[in-house]
Amino acid sequence: MKRSTRTLFGSAILLLTAILTACGGTAGGTSGGKLDIAFLPKAINNPYFDSAAGGAKKAADELKGTFKQVGPSQANAADQVPFIQTLTQQQVSAIVVSANDPNALAPALKQAQSKGIKVVSYDSDVAHDARSIFVNQASTEDIGRTEVQVLGAQLNYTGEIAILSAASTATNQNAWIDYMKQELSLPKYSNMKLVKVAYGNDDDQTSYNQTQALVQAYPNLKGIISPTTVGIAAAARYLEANGLSGKIALTGLGTPNGLRKYVKDGTIKQFELWDVGHLGYLAYYAAAALVQGKITGKEGDTFTAGTLGSYTVGKDGEVLLGKPTVFDSANIDQFNF
Amino acid sequence: MKIVRSALRRLDIWDILLVALLIAILVMGSIQTPYFLNATSFSLMFSNFSEKSIMILAMMLIIIVGEIDLSVASILGLSSAILGFLFAAGWPLWLAMLAALISGGLAGLFNGLLVTRVGLPSLVVTLGTLALFRGAAYIVLGDRGISNYPDAFTQFGYGTIPGTLIPWTFLVFAALTAIIALVLHGSWVGRQLYAIGNNREAARFAGIPVARIKLLLFVVSGLVAALAGIIFTARFSSSRADNAVGFELDVITVVLLGGVNIFGGRGTLLGVLLALCTVGALRSALGLADYPDQVQSIIVGILLIASTLGPNLVRRVQDAILRRRVAPEQTLLQRSTP
Repeated sequence: MKRSTRTLFGSAILLLTAILTACGGTAGGTSGGKLDIAFLPKAINNPYFDSAAGGAKKAADELKGTFKQVGPSQANAADQVPFIQTLTQQQVSAIVVSANDPNALAPALKQAQSKGIKVVSYDSDVAHDARSIFVNQASTEDIGRTEVQVLGAQLNYTGEIAILSAASTATNQNAWIDYMKQELSLPKYSNMKLVKVAYGNDDDQTSYNQTQALVQAYPNLKGIISPTTVGIAAAARYLEANGLSGKIALTGLGTPNGLRKYVKDGTIKQFELWDVGHLGYLAYYAAAALVQGKITGKEGDTFTAGTLGSYTVGKDGEVLLGKPTVFDSANIDQFNF
Repeated sequence: MKIVRSALRRLDIWDILLVALLIAILVMGSIQTPYFLNATSFSLMFSNFSEKSIMILAMMLIIIVGEIDLSVASILGLSSAILGFLFAAGWPLWLAMLAALISGGLAGLFNGLLVTRVGLPSLVVTLGTLALFRGAAYIVLGDRGISNYPDAFTQFGYGTIPGTLIPWTFLVFAALTAIIALVLHGSWVGRQLYAIGNNREAARFAGIPVARIKLLLFVVSGLVAALAGIIFTARFSSSRADNAVGFELDVITVVLLGGVNIFGGRGTLLGVLLALCTVGALRSALGLADYPDQVQSIIVGILLIASTLGPNLVRRVQDAILRRRVAPEQTLLQRSTP
């Protein structure tokens, strides 16, 4: 029994080696000017990233390139890595990624770059040396500060507030939260107190439960900021279902289609967002410009992004989409995304 | 030739089915996508199973003695969190790694003591510690993520041996596989494990230290999970409390798919290795063919159920064939043993 098992094991290894040597060395060969661009969002089936994908698809049509979107079902950095590896093997011409963790993705992205694949980050940045360009939706400082300003005005600058974020390691969320805290430290907010930063992991159920936990743990809670489209929609649903509309103010980042109902029934007075479709559109154009060798991603490079016009690459390879839009009951019906 | 023929004759039908399944996946994969059947792809395939592959080895031993350890992924997360916490606190990396290993061993000891000394079922104990250890990981690290590990450490997790496509982590797996092959199939310890799994009472009356062996196996499982935690941390250069959530699904699936009986007493290393290749190839092929994540989960879930059903059905067929061949009194004798 022993010997036979060993023989069999040995032959299995031999077979595997044979396959490996026979099939080795087939990789290689870069894809000239062909535009085969893949988007890797934090998670798939997320309305926010689907809107961005819509814009990217439009750009792909205009440039006669191909577009596809792949990604994990849960927003987790470790789950994103196999997708990067897969795209590297498929030799796409560019990967456009929104990172769940800036460092965890870096080794895989660097490997992709070493195979000639261009890397662009959008929405949430990765480590600077693992990508050429970061397409930033809006200035981090603008977003962080205006959310506190919007909520402050609604609460007359008094009361306990909480933040409902996505994953605790998400680069963009943490940067916004830092600026929120800075804004809150100004004298005019001295009567407002941030009691808790909760994390809903961009998961609807978790975000809903975290909202419930916040409301129960802090009976004097007056406002919630949720800088994530999944979080704010879940929070709005909880507040509305439990008769808390108008008692606890809610603001943050959301999509007009996801929050229209809550703006109309008064659960949310105002929220912000950039045009997500434009973000995907711009990211696709930036990736295409890299692939076609029009730009390299260094400061001062300029490129044209279809109907959006001309953009210049800033410090650290950042390209800024523009100012965020504030949505309220007056203007929400003008947007459909 | 004779050896090969006898090996083939002794090969379990299930193993043959697995080989067939593996070949089918390789063929389907290479038809579906041109990027599947090459050395890079195999290298990445293993790399993605760096942690699971070693946890599978320990899980196999535990299931063979008729127990289960659902807490392995949580021990991985806890040890990764402890590693990150200590490293961020300024400990030298090797010392932090040692502490992570010890914490894994202690976690396994905790499981083992509850199972062997208190006498609770391992399913319940480790379901509890699945939550407990994960919670502990969050207490240690909170919402932080620790990265900025030295390049050499990340290179060990992610890189390959220079000049080859063999991941460094494969060496860890190969060494552990060799040890377990010797212990399970080449020593009296292995026979004791099967004896315990087949009939615990009989094993105890035969003088086998059942409780001590089980305790030891849980400690081993904890240590291996902690080692997997170190590898995971190196591979992603990141310690987070939610590292490797849900890994136990793949680990247990592979062990059961490998023909290891969920009630203990049956299963071989060869079968488990075949199952590892099968699930690895399947995940890789589905990924390269752009199947969404959810579809992959559904297929792995189906495999898990099929793998508990399959071997039982196969064995029943095998037994039926055997029974027709052997004399009636032998059948009676076989029946009298439980």
